[in-house]
Amino acid sequence: MPDQLVFSFPHIGNYYIILKGLVNDLYPDAKVLPPPPITNRTIELGARCSPDFVCAPFKYNMGNYIEALDAGANVLLQTGTGCRFAYYGEVQKQILEDLGYDFTLLCLSRENTQARNAYRLLKSVDHKLRPGRFARAFVLALRKILLMDEIENYIRQNVGFETVPDSFEALHLQFLKDLDRTRTFPQLRALRIKYRKQLKCLNVTKPDRYLRVGIVGELYTLMEPFSNYYLEKELAKSQIMVSRTMSASFLLLGKKANNPFRQSNGYLKYPIGATGADSVVQCKQYFDAGYDGVIHMKSYGCTPEINAMPALRNLSRDYGCPIMHLSFDTQLGETGMQTRLEAFVDMISMRKGILLA
Amino acid sequence: MKLILGIPQALLYYRYCVLWETFFKQLDIELIFSGHTTQKTMAIGSKLAVDENCLPYKIFLGHVEALRGCCDCVLIPRIDNYGYHDMMCERFLGLYDTVHNTFPDVPLLSYNVSVVDGQGEARAFMQMAKDLGYSALTGFRAYAKARKQQLEQEHRFYLQQKQRLAASDGIKILIAAQPYLAHDPLWNGRLTHILSELGATTFYSDECHRKTAVQAAKPIAPGLFWAMNKEAVGAIRMLESQVDGVILLTAYSCGPDALVNELVIRRIKDIPMIQIIIDEHQAEAGLQTRLESFIDMLNERKHLYA
Repeated sequence: MPDQLVFSFPHIGNYYIILKGLVNDLYPDAKVLPPPPITNRTIELGARCSPDFVCAPFKYNMGNYIEALDAGANVLLQTGTGCRFAYYGEVQKQILEDLGYDFTLLCLSRENTQARNAYRLLKSVDHKLRPGRFARAFVLALRKILLMDEIENYIRQNVGFETVPDSFEALHLQFLKDLDRTRTFPQLRALRIKYRKQLKCLNVTKPDRYLRVGIVGELYTLMEPFSNYYLEKELAKSQIMVSRTMSASFLLLGKKANNPFRQSNGYLKYPIGATGADSVVQCKQYFDAGYDGVIHMKSYGCTPEINAMPALRNLSRDYGCPIMHLSFDTQLGETGMQTRLEAFVDMISMRKGILLA
Repeated sequence: MKLILGIPQALLYYRYCVLWETFFKQLDIELIFSGHTTQKTMAIGSKLAVDENCLPYKIFLGHVEALRGCCDCVLIPRIDNYGYHDMMCERFLGLYDTVHNTFPDVPLLSYNVSVVDGQGEARAFMQMAKDLGYSALTGFRAYAKARKQQLEQEHRFYLQQKQRLAASDGIKILIAAQPYLAHDPLWNGRLTHILSELGATTFYSDECHRKTAVQAAKPIAPGLFWAMNKEAVGAIRMLESQVDGVILLTAYSCGPDALVNELVIRRIKDIPMIQIIIDEHQAEAGLQTRLESFIDMLNERKHLYA
């Protein structure tokens, strides 16, 4: 074990702030080094040493790990359940070792996601970890996740209609900064009250008729904006309300609360792996709520989401509502995506009879 | 009026054909098979499936299409896991639902195995018998017999392979792959044809002693949880000293293989290995060249160490 533990973890959206806080709470003596923000270089590095037809998140994670290790990290975190995501850890560890890095990989996957095993695993790098601190750190992180998802969800739905340009963006950045500094439960409560109030104060001018688009699909592509070319922002620019149920809080708490097979109303009979069934249920919920279109995103070759696609197509046919399927890999041709998105927006706005300015 | 059940000869057919045949024969159900995979099956399947699907699944849809209209219902098993550490690929989890949504007009017969949720294979077959209008007891008897025959068949294959291993000389090649890829005549035929012309004999990872193979896989990939990949990985370790080379046969965009083969290539270093990826393109020359050079290399190696 090296003298100074330097933790790092792959990026996913803005959750690195919470993960940073979590590791800080778990190991007060250790250093936390979130990987540098994802750039084209990250994904190039990652793709170079990853298997060919593995899904894109694997390659993004690899890029993050390499950049973090180069910056001096020596303990990496990984998780995984549901699909082949659960097997990422073992393969990534081997690849990084073959590249000549010296590190420890803490893989909280499958049976290690249970509290007891997770505790044992996390304790293996620092014997000073106590169950009390472990529990507190995770509960605090969970609370933070809930708050962050709530705030980001509100922003996502309203940012397209802001009266003052960039007012939401500025508040969002401020919020992330404050969240980074939050260390205790009372601080978090104060933060929640403050930002709920401030968000409500931001002016929005919603037209009488506007478009609403729901986003469903594979979790990484949805939650990491770099991997979907900031699709949500692009949509918001055309004054569209964007909704997305998929988030870390949904994955951690919301998934068990409902029974997707009953809710999918005959479109599915069994679980189809990872978040496949959730995509179908969420898509159906959006259609039931009268959304104008749904965008289904996944990384190339994601089996659970491919399993969901025949059901999604039937949903689209039965409801007469459009779904656009987007598949992302590591190539960075932004123009192709923009063209398709523009066409989709034009199509749904014509369908609804509003012409966007 | 006898029920006519269609069985697509793809995916898990290559693992459970005896089990299914015996079970339905016991229940006095007439079976129709979709026949061997052909170029046409593949072309039809590719059109029906979402283009990112793995090749075996596309072929499977082609087989289902071939059965459409010829039978009263089609057997689509839905197999999730045989225990927490013996999962199946997500492909098999969603098999029933994807087929059902692709062919809404085709009646399907299904059984659901998920040991983690308390639904073992025996129970699943009893449930299926009930769905067909038989008593659970009849179902269980049929299953017990079918299971026995299936195990006997597996054991027979194992003994045969063992004999062949001992008897054959020349270059011996282990094909480590998912059973539905290794035994599909469309691939297997071409592959064994090329290899036998080059004077090599082929052996299969799923015709090893499966339980031993699963144990043998543990040191190589301790966290591996896909049942069929475990067998393939373990088989390499078991036959390492008896064969000259290993072909990792995989289909394009196969989920588990993408990760597991990467790990195998990085962790097993003491035997020559080649990864052959199969896709819809049927260019024989590429396959031929790669296999030839692989066999050439093995021959050289054999002379060197002889």
